[in-house]
Amino acid sequence: MSAFRSAVNYLGSQLRQVGLIIALLAITIFFQIATSGITLKPINVSNLIVQNSYILILAVGMVMVIIAGHIDLSVGSVVAFVGAMAGVMITQWNIPWWAAIVLCLGVGALVGVWQGFWIAYFGIPAFIVTLAGMLTFRGLTQIALQNQQISPFPDEFRALGSGFLPDLGGGTTLLEPLTMGIGLLATALLVAQGIRSRLARKKYDVEDEPFAWFILKLVFTAGIILFITYLLASYRGTPIVLVVLGLLTVVYAAVMANSVFGRHVYAIGGNLNAAALSGIKTKRVTFMLFVNMGVISALAGLIFTAQLNLANPKAGDGFELDAIAAVFIGGAAVTGGIGTVTGAIIGGLIIGLLNNGMSILGVGTEYQQLIKGLVLLAAVAFDVYNKRRSGGR
Amino acid sequence: MTTNILEMRSITKTFPGVKALQDVSLAVQRGHIHAICGENGAGKSTLMKVLSGVYPAGTYDGEIVFENETVAFKSINESEATGVVIIHQELALSPFLSIAENIFLGNEQQSNGWIDWNKTNLEAAKLLARVGLRDNPITKVRDIGVGKQQLVEIAKALSKEVKLLILDEPTAALNDEDSAHLLDLMKHLKGQGITSIMISHKLNEIKAVADEVTIIRDGKLIETLDMHTDEISEERIIKGMVGRDLGSRYPDHTPHIGEELLRVEDWNVYHPLDHQRKVVKDANISVRAGEIVGIAGLMGAGRTELAMSVFGHSYGHNISGKVYKNGALVDTSTVAAAIDHGLAYATEDRKRYGLNLIEDIKRNISLVSLHKISKRGWVDSNQEIVVAEGYRKSMNIKAPSVEALAGKLSGGNQQKVVLSKWMFSDPDVLILDEPTRGIDVGAKYEIYGIINKLADDGKGVIVISSELPELIGICDRIYTIFEGRITADVPRGQATAEYLMQNMTQEREKDNR
Repeated sequence: MSAFRSAVNYLGSQLRQVGLIIALLAITIFFQIATSGITLKPINVSNLIVQNSYILILAVGMVMVIIAGHIDLSVGSVVAFVGAMAGVMITQWNIPWWAAIVLCLGVGALVGVWQGFWIAYFGIPAFIVTLAGMLTFRGLTQIALQNQQISPFPDEFRALGSGFLPDLGGGTTLLEPLTMGIGLLATALLVAQGIRSRLARKKYDVEDEPFAWFILKLVFTAGIILFITYLLASYRGTPIVLVVLGLLTVVYAAVMANSVFGRHVYAIGGNLNAAALSGIKTKRVTFMLFVNMGVISALAGLIFTAQLNLANPKAGDGFELDAIAAVFIGGAAVTGGIGTVTGAIIGGLIIGLLNNGMSILGVGTEYQQLIKGLVLLAAVAFDVYNKRRSGGR
Repeated sequence: MTTNILEMRSITKTFPGVKALQDVSLAVQRGHIHAICGENGAGKSTLMKVLSGVYPAGTYDGEIVFENETVAFKSINESEATGVVIIHQELALSPFLSIAENIFLGNEQQSNGWIDWNKTNLEAAKLLARVGLRDNPITKVRDIGVGKQQLVEIAKALSKEVKLLILDEPTAALNDEDSAHLLDLMKHLKGQGITSIMISHKLNEIKAVADEVTIIRDGKLIETLDMHTDEISEERIIKGMVGRDLGSRYPDHTPHIGEELLRVEDWNVYHPLDHQRKVVKDANISVRAGEIVGIAGLMGAGRTELAMSVFGHSYGHNISGKVYKNGALVDTSTVAAAIDHGLAYATEDRKRYGLNLIEDIKRNISLVSLHKISKRGWVDSNQEIVVAEGYRKSMNIKAPSVEALAGKLSGGNQQKVVLSKWMFSDPDVLILDEPTRGIDVGAKYEIYGIINKLADDGKGVIVISSELPELIGICDRIYTIFEGRITADVPRGQATAEYLMQNMTQEREKDNR
C-alpha cells in the first residue's frame, strides 16, 4: 500500500513532465484520427520535422534565455537578416556557400554581442533591447535586400534545409539502412545512459523513481524513437536538419543539466542576488547567453532560407512568438530559474503538430492562431494551478 | 474617566512555531508621546501591526480599547478611519507622484469622480504648513530628501484626521538636523492634541520627547517608565532592554587564537542611492585565526553595509579603504576576487540573497565551488551528491534527501545549507550576518557549535548580530558600531550587555572633551 502511495506521490511530482507527454500523444492521436491517418504517414512525419526545425532550434536558444529570466523578441528579425546576408554573400558577392555559412553564423554572434552588451553591461531590460532589435534587424534586412527577394541558392546550400542523408541502400531497400542504423544506435545510447544514471543514483541512494516507472519510461522513449526511425526510413531517410537539431538538443540539454555554465544560468534565473553573492559573473553569463542566442538564430535563419530557397524581407515574421510559446508550453517559468531544453523541444513539437494537423484539415489561419493561443494559455494555467496545489515549485 | 486614549490588554500573537507577543498590555495617555523600545525582534513592530490592523482582528488574542470603545480592526483602512495611522520605517510614498498626490493617495479630493486639482494642492499646502514644510505641493516626492519625505508622511497622516500617530523608527534614515526637526514637530503635534507612539532605538531621542517609555523584551512587556516622575537614565532603559540571564544557551569553547587573517583599514562607504550619505565611516576591524569576532549594532547602524562592501563591493558607492589578507594588501572589489582571497559572506536575508529557493539542496551547496567538482566545465553530478550528502550528515540538515528544494526547508535548515555552501568553498574568513535570525532555539545551539568548530579549524569568524546575549555568549571580541562608526572594541571579559548597548546607542565620547 505504501509502495503504491509513494508511486502515486512520485507521479504527482512529475505531473508537469507526464502531462506534457500525454498532451503531445493526445494531440497526435487526435489528428491521426481526424486526418484519417495522414498525420503519421512517413512523408508527413518527415515534413513535420523539416518544416518545424527552425522553430525547434530557436526554442533551444530561447529556453536558455528564459531560464535566465530574460526574453528575446528579436529572433524572427535576426532569422530574416541572416537569410538576407546569406543571399547577398552567395549571389552578389560570390562567396562560396560553406564560407557564407560560417560568416553568417559570425553575423549572428555579432548580433548577440550587440544585444548582449546593452542587456548585460548597460542594464537595459532584454524586453526593450530585443524589441528594438526586432525593428532594427528587420530594417537592416530590407536595406540589405533593397526590398527585393533573392533566389535561387546553390544546391549544396539548399541541402542544409531540405536535404537528406545519403541512402546507403541505393533506394533498393524497403527501409533505408543508414537511418535505421542511426535510430538503433540512438536507442541503444539512450537505454545505456538511462541505466547508467539510475545505477549511479542508486549507489548514492538518491533514487526515488519507482523501478516500474523507470522501465515504462525507457520502453516508451525507445519505442517512440524506433517508431519515428521506421517512418523516416520508409520514406527518404534522415533529413539533414534532423541531424543538426538532434545534435543541438543533445549538446544543449547536457550543457544546461551538467555544465558549470548551465548551473550558473539556472542560478541567475532562480535568484540573481544570491548568484551574484556566490561569485558568479552574472553579467558575463547573460552576455554569453545572448551571443549564443544570436548564433542559434543565425543557424535557424540559414536553415529557413535554404528550405525556401529564398531570401525574403518578410521572412521569420512571428518566429519569436512561436519559439517563446514553445518554451512556456514546455514548462519554463516566466520568472526564470525553471525550464528544460527537452521540455522546450516537446513544446515546439506540440505547436508544430497543431500547425501541421490544422493545415491538413484545411483549418483557416485565423482559427489556427486562436487555437494556438488557447493551448498556450491552458498549458501555463496548468502550471500555475499545479504550483498552487503543491505549494512549491 | 480614564485619560487613556488607547489600551491594549493582554495581547498575544503567535506565528507558526514562535510566540511573537505574550500577554502584552499597553496604555497610552491622551496627548502624550509614548515611546516603545526593545531589541530587534523583541516584538515592537508586531505589537504596532496588531494595533493598526496589519494583522487583522482574530489573528491575535487580547483586547484593544480605543477612545473607550473596544475595536477590532480588520484592515489598515479600518484603523485609519478610526484615527490610528502608522508610518512605517520604510516610507510608503510613490516617488514619481507629487507631494500633494501622495498626501491624498487613496483619499483623492474629488468632485463628481474627477480629481479637483486646485483643492488637492490647496489642502496639501495647508497640511504642509502644519508640518513646517514650505515646498510646493506639486514637487515630485523623489526630488525631496528623506527627511522631508518623512514629513510628507506625517502630513498624509494629518489629512486623515489622525488621533493616534504611530512612528516606527522615524529617525533611522535621517541625519541629525532632520531628526531634530522631526522631534520638534512631534512636540508641536502634541501641543495640538495628537497622541503619538514612537518606536525608537535612540535613547537620547526618547529622553528628549517621550512622556512614557514601554520596554518589550522577547515578546513580553517588561515595564512602563514615566519619564517625568521617575529619574530615568539611559542606563536604566538599557537594563530593561537587555537584562536577561544568559544561562547555558551557548556551547563551551576555548579559543586558540593565532595570526591575523584579515584586516580592514579606513573603510568608507557611501549610500548607493543617496551619494551624499556616508553609511560606513573610517571603520577599522581585524580578525585572527581561530578568533570569533562580533559586530554589535542596531538595525541601520551600518553592520551589513560594512560586511557587504568588503565582500566584493556588493553594497555601496564610492568605497575606499584597504583590505589586508595575511598581512598583504588584496583587492576584494568583485565577489569572485573576495572568494579567491578566502572570504565568505553568509547573508542576513537567506531568502533574498542566500539561496536559490526553487533549486535543490545539493545545487545550492555546490554553487560557489562548482570548479571543485567539475572537469573542463562539466559538473560531476555524482560527486556533487556525495559532497552534499556529507554536509547533510555533518551539519544535520533535516531533509528527506539532498534533492529536496531549499525553499521547502525550515529557517534553521536553510541556514545550514547556506553555511554548507560557504564551508565547501573552504574560506579562511567567514562573515556571518545574523546567522541565527528566525531560527528556533535548538537550531541556534547547533549553529553556535558550527561556528566554534570553524574557529577551531583555524578560520577567522566574524559574527554580526542584533542579539547581544548571543554575541557575548560566543565571541572572543566584539566591535560596536553606531551610525557607521566603530565605537568600541571590547574584549570578551569586558563585554556586558549594558556596556555594549551604551556604545551602540551613543557615539564615543569625543576625544578632545
